[in-house]
Amino acid sequence: MWDNATIMMLVKETGTTLFITLTSTVFAYVLGLPMGILLVVTAKDGLRPNAAVYKILNAVVYKVLDVLVNVVRSVPFLILLMLLIPFTRLVVGKSYGPAATIVPLTIAAAPFIARLVESSLLEVDKGVIEAAQSMGAGRAAIVWKVLLAEARPSLIVGATIALGTILGYSAMAGVVGGGGLGDVAIRYGYYRYQADIMIVTVVLLVIMVQILQVIGTKLSKKLDKRITG
Amino acid sequence: MRTETETMIQVKDVGKTFIGKENTVEALKGINLDIHKGEIYGIIGMSGAGKSTLVRCLNFLEKPTTGTVVVEGKDLAALSGKELRQMRMQIAMIFQHFNLLMQRTVLDNICFPLEIAGQKKRKARQRAKELLEIVGLSEKAGAYPAQLSGGQKQRVAIARALATNPKILLCDEATSALDPTTTKSILALLKDINEKYGITIIIITHEMAVVQEICTHVAIIDGGCLAETGTVEEVFTRPRTRAAKKLVFQGGTESGEIGRNLATGKRCIRIVFKENSSFEPVIGNMVLACKEPANILLADTKDIGGVAHGQMILQLPEDGAVAEKMIAYLKERKLEVEELEHYVG
Repeated sequence: MWDNATIMMLVKETGTTLFITLTSTVFAYVLGLPMGILLVVTAKDGLRPNAAVYKILNAVVYKVLDVLVNVVRSVPFLILLMLLIPFTRLVVGKSYGPAATIVPLTIAAAPFIARLVESSLLEVDKGVIEAAQSMGAGRAAIVWKVLLAEARPSLIVGATIALGTILGYSAMAGVVGGGGLGDVAIRYGYYRYQADIMIVTVVLLVIMVQILQVIGTKLSKKLDKRITG
Repeated sequence: MRTETETMIQVKDVGKTFIGKENTVEALKGINLDIHKGEIYGIIGMSGAGKSTLVRCLNFLEKPTTGTVVVEGKDLAALSGKELRQMRMQIAMIFQHFNLLMQRTVLDNICFPLEIAGQKKRKARQRAKELLEIVGLSEKAGAYPAQLSGGQKQRVAIARALATNPKILLCDEATSALDPTTTKSILALLKDINEKYGITIIIITHEMAVVQEICTHVAIIDGGCLAETGTVEEVFTRPRTRAAKKLVFQGGTESGEIGRNLATGKRCIRIVFKENSSFEPVIGNMVLACKEPANILLADTKDIGGVAHGQMILQLPEDGAVAEKMIAYLKERKLEVEELEHYVG
């Protein structure tokens, strides 16, 4: 049973899982990062200018984002996966395979990432933001040079968490023939009662999460200049 | 007393009300201040008096609810967002907790305001190096704030504040997180900057000692209102209001503590040292001359270049004649003597 074909398949599907996970994470950040920034900037004590128009606009943007994030996050991924099939078909042309998995994964992960980014940015010392304002920094400069730069170690920790979670979700995509290790585990382990293959895929998934976690933690520590010595 | 110099900051009828869900807080009420070029202006008050709000009104980090703030002839409320940001480059600020960027090196922290002002990176670094020299931290250019002591962090913050050649420097409790020795060195640096570059400095503090150390003028703020303004000498020698007396006598702590357990009805006087020699034992001599002891309730004097500066509060003997003799003796020694009505009890 441990013939070449099986091993080759496991290697290939490991690659597929990595591809799905990394691509989905990148796309999810493209959507989630601006959402997270917007949530912080438009929050009640955020970087709003004094004008009343902005206050109302910010309140609206914040509320809409806040509700959207909560709604998407409370729909179970498996159901979201099904619900999004028409949309997925519209975007990538088909509703199965690795590329088709990326679409629902991105949409499910973006609000989660928005929250991670939001909480990282909220950790930035309000005093430092005030100092930047006192120097005449505008909102864009504060977002780029203060919020994102100062929150960098925390953002990396967040990205590590996001990668781990998306990797876990990607296994679920096996249900819609998404490919990857999750797909293998279900097809071989569940439908064909090959428990050993299922165990191997689980072990592979665990190893991948471990590696990501170690790299993320190391990188964050290395880049955090608040830690001395 | 005040020479006619250019008015730098004019605060007119400024009030600030914070509207919360359940209660509104009137943090500032009818504040009027004129701060002139080159002054070191102390704004002192107990915590919660509104001094931090007031200083934030000077660069519009807080927008006053009423009144106007005019800086160099420009009404801040009339400026557009961009003009206000330009203006803020002229009004630097340092803080109690330094507020440095923790992920940037010392040098890059100082470059930060220059980046915002749109300067070229190489030029900014050059300027940052000069500034580090001014604050005496050249060897720490590559260090991160987490590796510095409190005093060093504040020096970096001062260098950063000076980067854009501001005309005004606002200090919000800049020495409150520092130990006395470090406080002294930071105050000396501020004074140096004021003299060398003619920067107008506004110092927010709750410590009278800070005001005495470097300020030329002082405003006392109490419960959101200005209680008293004047030169430091005027206010220190002859405090008129209760709030001022409280700060001057006790260096910022609650009054009445010392005298509470003593017999009431005794006369207390406050004496101010300004020109007496530090080497002359004035009180000792007075006691010997009058042959009665006087009780020292408070003494806060220091030697500045051989001259005694500071104040004392004495409790005089019951005997009225002796007490009068003591007052006369002290007045003869060219000390300011002031009778305190309700100091004890």
